[in-house]
Amino acid sequence: MTFFIEVVAGGLLAGVMYALVALGFVLIYKASGVFNFAQGSMVFFAALTFVSLLERGWNLWLALAVTLAAMVVLGMLTERIVLRPLTNQPPITLFMATIGLTFVLEGLSQLLWGSQPHGLELGIPDVPIEWLSQKANINISQFDLFAAFVAGVLVAVLALLFQKTRIGRALRAVADDHQAAMAVGIPLQHIWTIVWAVAGFVALVAGVMWGVRNGVQYALTFTALKALPVLILGGFESIAGAIIGGLIIGASEKVAEVYLGPYVGGGIESWFAYVVALLFLLVRPEGLFGEKHIDRV
Amino acid sequence: MERAHSIGEVLLSVEGVSLAFGGVKALNDVSFDVRAHEVRAIIGPNGAGKSSMLNVVNGVYHPQQGKIRFRGQEFRDMDSHEAAALGIARTFQNIALFKGMTVLDNVMTGRNLKMRCNFLQQALWVGPARREELQHRRAVEEIIDFLEIQHIRKTPVGRLPYGLQKRVELARALAAEPVLLLLDEPMAGMNLEEKQDMCRFVLDVNDHFGTTLVLIEHDMGVVMDISDRVVVLDYGRKIADGTPDEVRNDQKVIDAYLGVAHA
Amino acid sequence: MLYREAGQFRSTYAEDQQIFPIRQDRIAIALLLAIAFVAVPVFGDQYWLSAIITPFLILALATLGLNILTGYAGQLSLGTAAFMGIGAFMAYNAMLRIPHMPIVGAFIVGGLCAAAVGIVFGLPSLRIKGFYLAVATLACQFFVLWALNRVGWFSNYSSSGVITAQRMDILGYPIDTPATKYLLTLAVVALMALAAKNLMRSETGRAFMAVRDMDVAASVIGIPMMKTKLLAFAISSFYCGVAGALYAFCYLGTVEPEAFTLDLSFRVLFMVIIGGAGSILGSFLGAAFITLFPIFLNLASKWLEHALGIELSHALVSNTEAIIFGGLIIFFLIVEPNGLARLWQIAKEKLRLWPFPH
Repeated sequence: MTFFIEVVAGGLLAGVMYALVALGFVLIYKASGVFNFAQGSMVFFAALTFVSLLERGWNLWLALAVTLAAMVVLGMLTERIVLRPLTNQPPITLFMATIGLTFVLEGLSQLLWGSQPHGLELGIPDVPIEWLSQKANINISQFDLFAAFVAGVLVAVLALLFQKTRIGRALRAVADDHQAAMAVGIPLQHIWTIVWAVAGFVALVAGVMWGVRNGVQYALTFTALKALPVLILGGFESIAGAIIGGLIIGASEKVAEVYLGPYVGGGIESWFAYVVALLFLLVRPEGLFGEKHIDRV
Repeated sequence: MERAHSIGEVLLSVEGVSLAFGGVKALNDVSFDVRAHEVRAIIGPNGAGKSSMLNVVNGVYHPQQGKIRFRGQEFRDMDSHEAAALGIARTFQNIALFKGMTVLDNVMTGRNLKMRCNFLQQALWVGPARREELQHRRAVEEIIDFLEIQHIRKTPVGRLPYGLQKRVELARALAAEPVLLLLDEPMAGMNLEEKQDMCRFVLDVNDHFGTTLVLIEHDMGVVMDISDRVVVLDYGRKIADGTPDEVRNDQKVIDAYLGVAHA
Repeated sequence: MLYREAGQFRSTYAEDQQIFPIRQDRIAIALLLAIAFVAVPVFGDQYWLSAIITPFLILALATLGLNILTGYAGQLSLGTAAFMGIGAFMAYNAMLRIPHMPIVGAFIVGGLCAAAVGIVFGLPSLRIKGFYLAVATLACQFFVLWALNRVGWFSNYSSSGVITAQRMDILGYPIDTPATKYLLTLAVVALMALAAKNLMRSETGRAFMAVRDMDVAASVIGIPMMKTKLLAFAISSFYCGVAGALYAFCYLGTVEPEAFTLDLSFRVLFMVIIGGAGSILGSFLGAAFITLFPIFLNLASKWLEHALGIELSHALVSNTEAIIFGGLIIFFLIVEPNGLARLWQIAKEKLRLWPFPH
């Protein structure tokens, strides 16, 4: 029984990681209607930049600040070069543009910083929490809990941003209808720059968390792809959905790998999340929290 | 008005249809009928449920209550594909043409229900597939001639002005050789000249092919001139049903929609 | 001057429906086919044949397959490589387990198996669209790759996981030189391209495009949604399956799952975007571009090394390649979303008038 709890807990905490990446997607989609396939490579870029600066002896906070600045600049450039020229194109075109962006970012990251894997230390050890393992014989890593805490804070801040502030309202207006938002005077380009910068910040947090857990290496981009099933479960527009979707995917994936894996030769993790998302889509095409889409003729 | 086909028996009958979207009732217990070869108009203020009514007849929406009777067969849950197969065609308020294809291709898609060859035969392009394609091409070209759009047959539809797009949509609907043609505001957004052309085509269709027409239209001049009978909807209910003259003078209709000329 | 159509009238519908209505086009194509079938295998450099031209043709076929699904029918798919993998492995198994299986028959078996899987993974398209469908196809990509790896039957329980493709021969003639492999590939690709063109200009193609442009309207005029979408998946996967079989037998020489990863799916998608979605010619142009571009880049980097006297690492070149690819995708989407095929059309329009300005 305790083993099962451990597995589920481990899965939930891995799910938090997925949710962090998915959060970035949701932000951009909510505010600009763009499905940013490049979110994973943004996470990779942020993590790689941060860790490379650290390895060159930079102070932690300085490295963090500079990487954040880099992500903001990246956001501005993306808005200027990719999004603005494609303003009124159908969403599928924008999606494919972000696929192109993915390749650019991945190439750029490795061009700048090389392609060897890096370890990342943040001062919080990846060891089981003392009293839990003593009292209840359950091993849950300190770091995982810290990551969950960070994610929680981030989500709370973002939710406040969207619901309570004027900028948040503007962001939601833009997500609904670009032209209408422009018609009421919302400065589209500023909003998009803000959004991509915030998404970049979220990517940085996600990248740092992932980096500590699994090391910063190219495989990070694949894990980031797993945010897609999370989005399907949670809906593309819901911050709460991203978290809950992440938890569900993380937990079910871990449980499947541990309990089903041995029967089918292992390696289920490469596809399980996607198949779950696929089955879910068949039942509820708009996700747990998404809005139903009605086609009018 | 002289006509080639005299008005016949009841072709379509709508019985007690009610349609709601969530809490909003779009149609409330609407009943009327349409006779073969006639031109039936549906009029009413915006939001009265006219397009919804057409969508119900055509199988795009399924009413919660009531039924449709078409050519003797009874339906509640007909889907749009079946409606097309039964001989009901329509045009749309916001043009629903396939923007990526040429005019010719768009009109050819209207023939899809008549094409019998499977994809393997088409891939080989010999014998039956080739003959079928050419045969339908001939039929489509006749419709293109009829609606005077020969000069734009190879133009991608997205590049055409609004009025011509509406005509292409009409051509596509006609290509299916329908028994019943539903026209949703066929003259919306047109100037006087374009409206006159469209009126002429619509009447020609009814005259030449004998197609029964149901049209939604806001231009009262058009409605009074070309329709045989008129149904008036308001807030999802039927408030009048009769000849154009009867409807024009009905007090309920004047109050709800037509208004009175001021001296 | 050369490209004037004056005097060429089409007086029957049959003439109007031809693939190449303009006489100059017909001559050009005839010449191209003559060169391709006769001159190239005789005079072509062996290296170019086996390392560049043959894979170009194979990838063009895969691009054709994806174009049918994504470009014509509007169903976005990121699982192209998975279907190619199925084609490769099932062709291998057909040759292995069915006695006297001719190589072309094995290719067809591979294609049909891929088509079957395509239909299964295409079922979600009846309910979901756009990016959601893309994610569903990702499920296909990852699942199929895992299955080909883990399920021993596919690789005949080989311990190394890398199997050699069997010898091919047609009516007794062995297909084992670059030239013969090239000819086999060319024949298959040419025939399938012709079939694709025929399909896309008849009702099937129109139904696909209708579904792509406005599926609600398509359904209202009687086009059957389910049949049309599933047919698109089936035909597309068949093409990708045959391409995969060719990839294994006529190019790689081995049948391994690692040749059919997500990266290949993206490459083929890029070929569709750059070449032109919804265009048969575009599939070939896009495949040519993406196949030749790395070679061009390599040559450029070698020249740069030579001119500047420096060493450029392999990693540098491949990362630059990724950046430029990504950049080109964005560039094409902004400047000419209809890709090289549209640019070609514009060039032909200008050519009709040349040397006159208007």
